[in-house]
Amino acid sequence: MRGLTWGYVARRLGMYVFTLWLSATIMFFIPRLSGDPVEGMVARITMQSGHVAGGEELIAAWRERFGLDDPLFVQYLTYLRNMLTFDFGYSLANFPTEVNSLIGRAVPWTLGLLTVATVLSFVLGTVIGALLAWRRTPRLLRVLMPLSLTFTAIPFYILGILLIYLFVFTLRLFPVSGGYRSGLTPDAFDPAFVNSVIQHGTLPALSIVVASMGVWALGMRGMMITVEGEDYLTLANAKGLRPGRILFQYQIRNAMLPQVTALVLGLGGLVGGTVLVEYLFGYPGTGALLYQAITNADFTLIQGIVFILILTTVTAVLIIDLVYPLLDPRITYERR
Amino acid sequence: MDPTLTRIAEAEIEAEEAGARPASPWRNRKLVAGAVIVGVILVSTFIGGLVWDTTLARAATSPLNLPPFWVDGGSMDHPLGTENSGRDMLALIVVGSPTTLRVGLIVALISMLVGVVLGFLAGYLGGAVDAVIRILSDTAMTIPTLAIMIVIAAYIPEMNATTMALIIAVFAWAGPTRMIRAQVLSMREQGYVRMARLSAVSDTEIMFREMLPNLLPYLAASFIGGMSGGILAAVGLEALGLGPQRVPTLGMIVSQAIEGSAILRGMWWWWGFPAIILMVIFIGLFLIAIGLDEIANPRLRGART
Repeated sequence: MRGLTWGYVARRLGMYVFTLWLSATIMFFIPRLSGDPVEGMVARITMQSGHVAGGEELIAAWRERFGLDDPLFVQYLTYLRNMLTFDFGYSLANFPTEVNSLIGRAVPWTLGLLTVATVLSFVLGTVIGALLAWRRTPRLLRVLMPLSLTFTAIPFYILGILLIYLFVFTLRLFPVSGGYRSGLTPDAFDPAFVNSVIQHGTLPALSIVVASMGVWALGMRGMMITVEGEDYLTLANAKGLRPGRILFQYQIRNAMLPQVTALVLGLGGLVGGTVLVEYLFGYPGTGALLYQAITNADFTLIQGIVFILILTTVTAVLIIDLVYPLLDPRITYERR
Repeated sequence: MDPTLTRIAEAEIEAEEAGARPASPWRNRKLVAGAVIVGVILVSTFIGGLVWDTTLARAATSPLNLPPFWVDGGSMDHPLGTENSGRDMLALIVVGSPTTLRVGLIVALISMLVGVVLGFLAGYLGGAVDAVIRILSDTAMTIPTLAIMIVIAAYIPEMNATTMALIIAVFAWAGPTRMIRAQVLSMREQGYVRMARLSAVSDTEIMFREMLPNLLPYLAASFIGGMSGGILAAVGLEALGLGPQRVPTLGMIVSQAIEGSAILRGMWWWWGFPAIILMVIFIGLFLIAIGLDEIANPRLRGART
């Protein structure tokens, strides 16, 4: 394939595995730094709910379940195997339910919201940034657009609060919370259900898009201006190429590349922001589940969700990284 | 007109612009506006702490759920109203704003220090050191750090503002490290650095005496970025109920308001005031960062917006 070399793919895959291993390892050792993880858990639960019935037996049962009486090394290997096979065990708060089934229900919502919002904000932001830097953009647009960028500085979460106040409390245009109207059964082919999903998803998506598109716009504007100083652009102008061709084929195409890098680096932040927005809007994704898990001190659930969030982000980054050389063949050559 | 004349005039204008640049960082309007905004917040919370009784920020010191004084039912005893556990909003904000800013400051300081050391090591020494630092910072940047911070924070039985800042700082060094590394790489081959190396100046001296001063605008921009990133991360942890429990911060007030469903109860003053101050802080820091960025990278000023 053009630009995609085996060495590059191998390096990226290596980074992928390394990142996953490192984050899994951090999550293994954090609870053990503060002493016995099970006693820590019970202490926190006791602090929150006053008392735990049969604390001693609970500790013993959990020690058994987590194999805490084994040597650390064995525990670590078991843990890694469990992570690899997505075996996160039972939820502590909703005991007979497995962490997996709880997460399985939530992940599609998060993925959907995240994908739609990220693509929208990336495309909108990039277009705005390109127009901001382009000489032929009408004055009116140039005055209006920077105003929209002010939102960049505001976190998704705070913007979401403002949107709820404005559209839900004051104007009563959108439903308060949830992912679809209660009473409907989830069915992707039922128009009423799809409609309801869109209605419930608009505000969460809007707060992510509005708050994050400015980042892409600013980056794009900076790159467009940098590219404008390049010799090949002066040459293209001197040759008398049509302005539209210069804009798209010469300026935007070159300015786009760092945007993709920025997307890779910004994805982690986007995932974090989405989690908060989901919690705020009571969206049935991983955010609300994570909040529940934290308030219930449901440590296995927290661990499962966090691992899945990391896995999702890192996988998305890997995919973008593998597509990148197809956009910019130089990337695989310029290394050292 | 003689074409050489215009060329001379152009050159003169360019020279003037170039000459004027280093003397006038404060001519950048965005930088000034941002600095004024953040300064006003700092000064007014400081004065507020002197004038207003901050013990009212404790629970059950005031009547519950009072609106601000200009709304029916409000009184001048609690000009910004009170919330559902009997805390005075003005006192909460006066105590909460400096705490929030302090969290940002700690995060920015630590991440910059680590960033300077690692960035210089990686960029200047290169080789295996560079490879290790680059892999670690790449990893730290791709992981959604909020997720890992949640795991850490969930195991800390009682959080305070400084602990929270330290947890955030553990993951905030990667950005500054990469930025400084890139700058050092491009500076390393410049004339004055080679000259210094040829004159047998020690590596540490080259790094910190010769190169570091040239990085100042970048460092300043990234320090401000670190501050707002730190506050952002803190607001995230606080929103999920993992923030400090004793001393109020702006994010904690908003998060408690959301939990008390203040929005749908129409108690806009409860979440509104802290949220507005947070937004003003973020916008102020953002303007400072953009201004500094334009000073560090003059090309960005090319198109006026």
